[in-house]
Amino acid sequence: MSTIEHAADLPAWAALAVSFFLVIGAGLTLIGTIGFVRLPTFYERIHAPTLGTSWGTGGIVMASMIFFTVLSTRLVVHEILIGIFVTVTTPVTLMLLARATLHRDRVEGNPGVPGEAPAETGEGDGAAAGAD
Amino acid sequence: MLPYPLLSASLVLMWLALNGFTLGHLILGSIVAVFTSWGMASLRPAKPRMPKWYLLPKLVAIVLYDIVRSNIAVASILVAGRGKRFKSGFITVPLDLQSPTALAVLAVVVTSTPGTAWLEYNSLSRTVLIHVLDLVDEAEWQALIKGRYEALLMEIFE
Repeated sequence: MSTIEHAADLPAWAALAVSFFLVIGAGLTLIGTIGFVRLPTFYERIHAPTLGTSWGTGGIVMASMIFFTVLSTRLVVHEILIGIFVTVTTPVTLMLLARATLHRDRVEGNPGVPGEAPAETGEGDGAAAGAD
Repeated sequence: MLPYPLLSASLVLMWLALNGFTLGHLILGSIVAVFTSWGMASLRPAKPRMPKWYLLPKLVAIVLYDIVRSNIAVASILVAGRGKRFKSGFITVPLDLQSPTALAVLAVVVTSTPGTAWLEYNSLSRTVLIHVLDLVDEAEWQALIKGRYEALLMEIFE
């Protein structure tokens, strides 16, 4: 892309805004990944990457929209699609991982895990409704 | 011809946003959108009803605000590190919501808000198991999910 060479043409206010959102987004993603490594249990660890999938992605997407909108002097918003798809697909993988772990913990009888609700014949429906 | 007009319109818009607004891409995108909505129709999903769709922006605004707030909360927990301990735990929330679409939206909301993770929904007892990173008061979280999100979703979808 030739637009990269013209990055110096960016007005100061736009450069500031782009940097602000980029640092916020990248910083939150970094904090999330550090938390992912440091948190002790699986159920706590699943929370850390959601920083990256919410405002981590959001900040970087915002920076990208401002950068390319100002440089090409037309509205560039297709980055929003990235945000939408990341947000909508995250629960699917999260539920898949969490339910697998819950199942294993219950089978192994590990402590600290809530038991299955009685007569869970509707489990399949529940998964479909949740991940639809 | 168009069993899902909203889906087709979104697909055409997405196609144009990704490929540029030209007549050629409008035609190509429309063809893709029509065939995709036929494919969708052959899957026969339940048609979602949204009688009060105009309340959606309100929900989006509330959720975006909460995401910013909980991002700050979770980031500060993670940065504080090992020194300050927090207590995480499971909560079970009984739900009155029944529409699959509304439940899916609620799952997205709960999951995309850092600090809460939607683990499993039990359609028989109609409860959802949620894991909370910084669990101080269980009743407070139940009230938050029921009062702040579920009430609004009930209004939009049912």
